[in-house]
Amino acid sequence: MVNGKKLYVSASPHLRSTVTTRRIMLDVILALMPALIASAVLFGPRTLLVTAVSVATAILSEYAARKIMKRSATIGDLSAIVTGLLVAFNLPATIPLWIAAVGSFFAIVVVKQFFGGIGQNFANPAIVARIVLLLSFGAQMTNWVEPFTWKTTPVTGATPLALLGTDESLPSLLQLFLGEHGGCLGETCAAALLLGGLYLLLRRVISPIIPCSFIGTVALLMLLKGHGDLHFVAYELLSGGLLLGAIFMATDYSTSPLNSKARLIFGIGCGLLTCVMRLFASMAEGVSFAILIMNLLVPFLERLTAPKPFGTPKKEKKEKKEAAKA
Amino acid sequence: MAKARLDGVLTAVKKVRGGVKVAHHKNTAELEVVRIPTPSTVVIPMQQHIGAPCTPTVKVGDTVAVGQLIGDSDKFVSAPIHASVSGTVKAVGDVKLPNGVMSKAVTIESDGEMRLWEGVQPPVVNTREEFLAAVRASGLVGLGGAGFPTHVKLNVPPDKHIDTLVVNAAECEPFITVDYRECMENSWDILSGVYTIKEFLDIKNVVIAVEDNKPEAFHVLKRIADNEHDPDDEVRLMVLESKYPQGAEKMMVQSATGRRVPPGKLPADVGCIVMNVASVAFIARYLKTGKPLVSRSLTVDGSAIAEPKNVRVPVGTNIGDIIDFCGGFKAEPAKILTGGPMMGLAIVGTDLPVLKQNNAILAFAKDDAVIKPEHDCIRCGRCVAACPMSLMPTRIADAAKMRDVETLQRVGVTVCMECGSCAFACPAGKPLVQHMRLAKAILREEASK
Repeated sequence: MVNGKKLYVSASPHLRSTVTTRRIMLDVILALMPALIASAVLFGPRTLLVTAVSVATAILSEYAARKIMKRSATIGDLSAIVTGLLVAFNLPATIPLWIAAVGSFFAIVVVKQFFGGIGQNFANPAIVARIVLLLSFGAQMTNWVEPFTWKTTPVTGATPLALLGTDESLPSLLQLFLGEHGGCLGETCAAALLLGGLYLLLRRVISPIIPCSFIGTVALLMLLKGHGDLHFVAYELLSGGLLLGAIFMATDYSTSPLNSKARLIFGIGCGLLTCVMRLFASMAEGVSFAILIMNLLVPFLERLTAPKPFGTPKKEKKEKKEAAKA
Repeated sequence: MAKARLDGVLTAVKKVRGGVKVAHHKNTAELEVVRIPTPSTVVIPMQQHIGAPCTPTVKVGDTVAVGQLIGDSDKFVSAPIHASVSGTVKAVGDVKLPNGVMSKAVTIESDGEMRLWEGVQPPVVNTREEFLAAVRASGLVGLGGAGFPTHVKLNVPPDKHIDTLVVNAAECEPFITVDYRECMENSWDILSGVYTIKEFLDIKNVVIAVEDNKPEAFHVLKRIADNEHDPDDEVRLMVLESKYPQGAEKMMVQSATGRRVPPGKLPADVGCIVMNVASVAFIARYLKTGKPLVSRSLTVDGSAIAEPKNVRVPVGTNIGDIIDFCGGFKAEPAKILTGGPMMGLAIVGTDLPVLKQNNAILAFAKDDAVIKPEHDCIRCGRCVAACPMSLMPTRIADAAKMRDVETLQRVGVTVCMECGSCAFACPAGKPLVQHMRLAKAILREEASK
């Protein structure tokens, strides 16, 4: 009490950094903007409509779900907007709007809120939404359009990854880099995605470990598969959802490991599974499934690689390991 | 700091993991320590150290003088208490300490003369034992904030060979500048203290550590390290990156020697002693004058303090009196701390005595006192990256909330020094240090079952 007024008393520390959940999410939203703009240029203004529907559904479902479950309102942390954007980025530009809404609803309500909301979900909401929509609405989910035609009805069928290995003509590397090829609306423009990733790294929102180990593993394995053909490697890296997945989805806080060592294994695992699916499975694309499977392994990775408390003697570490085995 | 100026200066052998960049706020760095006018009354608690409380050796009505023993204990881990003003003992009773614990205390009404007790004589010190006895008699406790009795720290069992003394002038807590002022104003005492301790305890190497945000102190300490007393260059200066909690004891040992103090062990177990720079200087002054620890320097700062100052105050001075001396409040205080903002204690009012180990009084107006609201953990891993002790704070917090004893025993929460880096870094505003304390309390409770 000073002059009859009570003082705040709280546990130390009494200083806090200015980083907040909302600022982090805002940074992610900003980092996704180049890819959104690129999608509008490449596939026409309908991409913006799809994105708007997806984001609006995400916000509304989060608000409604929290309300119905009698929990605190969380739309202010902006994480629902990130999820909405990522769901939209995983859809083709021609997608019926109601399917986009279903995807967002599923991501927010079933994957995120049913498990307790932000930080509690064990799988990436946007990834699960993509997989669910792909399995449920296979045809609509693969209706790609040619870039710059701005058509709303599908005209052509294949993405570069599907074309790879066929005799049809492939887009050039430059076209791939700039996103001038078929694909989901947010995943095609490598330049925009890399720009966003760079921003996130500079703002220290994400650590480089997961994107680097993920992309690096894919590059290495594709180099081996292609017998050193760098053109083939570049092709694999720039096409499909690899960059979107490695930079924006695999780095999702809730569903990636807390510590560096586990993050490295997580990234390598994502890369490995992506290659296995791209090369051996019947699907053209494996990024989503790779990330989903690694999401499920996060608790185990964290437990296996948990940092040892400062000063734990080396010998004791070995003994503990042996004890854990026994 | 420019590379050229680093000639002959050590850098960290092994860099500290994690930590956080905290704004320094060293606003009072260039303000000389000023002596506060003698307070009318002082309240001197019998528990100003880690260990057994002292028993008062004076009774109401006794006349006491500065430096006179007023409390002592026969326990080893304890430090005697001395009168900090001359005058009459008004009361011997219980008071509440800043941390809420009750302690016996001696209240002395000052006669304003600050008369020195006739028993204050320079001690005769020729051997290690006499030196340790003198340190105990001085009542010295770690002045960096922990308050561990120094004679206990220095009395290392013979089976543990100490080869390095680390003198800690890092002062990594924001706002506090008293150690810096010690370097600038009492450099001779530091020099003398360093070589005295080195000689009596037969320690080969001395590393004086300072953060790179204090270039002036660097020059002073460099001259101490390059002194002619030290022909074999056994005393070296080490410059550390300004990063919190660079000045923590275990971090200091790691930076200076590359050794890691194992969980539950002390620096002495890896051959090191870490001492605060002000404690080192005090030992030199005590050996010269025999005047025990009866006053100390404090940084008084924060957005609610009218005239921030570095002040020297008698132990037991009322915190309210000190704030009044610093011009009172310029804004309504919403939070008052003893110690720094990272590890300091929020106090409930100003009617509390200053203890030996207090190094700052900080008062903040409302805007700086309200911490960000708490949200759900987003698992960003910032707390894991920030923890200098390689813990996973968010996991520990979850386990503590669920009283999951099995997990808590596995995750090593006992090495947590409550530095606050995790909570500082947390974007969700989690009071992680509070959770760490809860986790430790659960383990203690479990152990006592």
